[in-house]
Amino acid sequence: MPMTITEKILAAHADKTEVRPGELITCRLDLLMGNDITAPIAIKEFEKVGATSVFDPDRLTIVLSHFVPAKDIKSADQCRIAREFARKHRLKYFYDEGRGGIEHILLPQEGLVVPGDIVLGADSHSCTYGGLGCFGTGVGSTDLAAAMITGETWFKVPESMKFHFYGRLGPWASAKDLILYTIGQIGLDGATYRAMEFTGEVVERLPVDQRLTLCNMAIEAGGKSGIVAPDEVTLEYVKPRAKRPWKLYRSDPDAAYHSVYEWDAGRIGLQVACPYSPDNVKPLEEVAGVDVDQVFIGSCTNARMEDLRIAARIMRGKKVAPYVRCIVIPATHQVFQEALREGLIEVFSEAGCAISEATCGPCLGGYNGVLGAEEVCLSTSNRNFPGRMGHPKAKVYLASPAVAAATAITGKITHPAEVATGSA
Amino acid sequence: MNLYGKAWKFGDNVDTDQIIPARYLVTSDPEELGRHCLEDADPEFVKKVRIGDVLVGLRNFGCGSSREHAPIAIKAAGVSAVIAKSFARIFYRNAINLGLPLFETDAAERINQGDDLELNSATGEIQNLTTGESYRAHPLPVFAREIMAAGGLMKYVARKKGLA
Ligand code: SF4
Repeated sequence: MPMTITEKILAAHADKTEVRPGELITCRLDLLMGNDITAPIAIKEFEKVGATSVFDPDRLTIVLSHFVPAKDIKSADQCRIAREFARKHRLKYFYDEGRGGIEHILLPQEGLVVPGDIVLGADSHSCTYGGLGCFGTGVGSTDLAAAMITGETWFKVPESMKFHFYGRLGPWASAKDLILYTIGQIGLDGATYRAMEFTGEVVERLPVDQRLTLCNMAIEAGGKSGIVAPDEVTLEYVKPRAKRPWKLYRSDPDAAYHSVYEWDAGRIGLQVACPYSPDNVKPLEEVAGVDVDQVFIGSCTNARMEDLRIAARIMRGKKVAPYVRCIVIPATHQVFQEALREGLIEVFSEAGCAISEATCGPCLGGYNGVLGAEEVCLSTSNRNFPGRMGHPKAKVYLASPAVAAATAITGKITHPAEVATGSA
Repeated sequence: MNLYGKAWKFGDNVDTDQIIPARYLVTSDPEELGRHCLEDADPEFVKKVRIGDVLVGLRNFGCGSSREHAPIAIKAAGVSAVIAKSFARIFYRNAINLGLPLFETDAAERINQGDDLELNSATGEIQNLTTGESYRAHPLPVFAREIMAAGGLMKYVARKKGLA
């Protein structure tokens, strides 16, 4: 029977030759992940039932990412619980501030996620890993706790939806625009319980950084996972960093899909998700000119080198608009260092941006850029629900790093072409 | 087991940021989380809700983050069950794992704020004592009922692994 890439990966981990959508299966897991918010609850549950050892300490990673360096006493305590557990169980891959960063950018960067894997992360954006051709999905802390003991979990095999992008991306457009457009089309629950598979010549030309962005926001359409079939581009990224062997899967040409969307990427211009939902998506032209108080360039969606390079290209030699602030947070410590070496940090700093060590920070209204009532922010992150970045009455617009950089310079939502001196 | 409670009606896409805002995620203490349940959607909710009451949403209840703090806060606020037309995937898993009964049914639309409800989590039956109507939710899958019956996923796993 023909199968999709997702069905093949799930079947392989359930020791089956084939699986069908709707089937309930138990799968072996290649990697488990918890962060400073979700790991402490998992640890409590793990200890409460009397478990004494993790099924494989090399396959459980804990990344302190959300409120680090600790923003207050309570978050310090959460980190301490996670840190002590990591030490006690000799977790090989434990990441503290100054060495780690946001989990969804860190794990691919560190070669802990490889094609063909099943990755279970106690964080909803664990769908990001699909950009490398694996099955990554988010769960809660109790699912993580159970998997820490058994090394496996149950799944209902999802139906797959195919999103096929042909043609060429227009000037300044990126994976962020493709995924915002997709969510705008199918809605906040348009892919609930399903796998979102991204295909087509446009996706094949995307570098890994952007494939990760594409899959990152699958959850904003309710998706269980997002996936891009691995190819040469994937292998070039994976080979120098992989900590484990990988396996390449592809969908059979005649595999069955719940639905197939085919879009001409050339007709998808720059997109912006407006308050208060990631599916309230409009073409940039319709919201251009809206005044902003803050711009945030960061988060697991858009704070990799690719993202910072494009933002710096636009901001080089310019200043953040008066009465507007711009916060730049590279996603990992390594990205920070690379940006430093390439001179990007200097560009941002000269422009008047506030720059910090890798953290989720303001993305979830944690710290380092929380919004007050009625304030307007343009953010490169992935959610803009009421209260997501601070006060429930603050308004958040979601867009690409190019739009964010241009907006920081003018203080109004702006097309990058209006600000950039070079060409796209 | 029958549950009785008053309906608290919400709309589509009640997301986890509304159920428990991220500013409270610095703790995992149920009591404290319960005190802020749905605060951004209805600041008065926690003051007015009574033990046993039922949340009623429409489409995509619990969408957004994977935070288990959401069902924890709901349970700690005293809510006995959630009825909705559909649930977001991670919320659904979390609720089952923690033993919070969910009822998925289009009839969520027919329930009004303040209706008195009687629910049976084993059969999926919902009696609306205010309007006299009765509805039936999709039954939970068998393994989910096993997890619920064991008292949650951890007890289920512990029993299987011979820990408890
Ligand atoms: S950057 Fe934002 S969306 Fe990503 S893991 Fe952190 S809080 Fe979640």
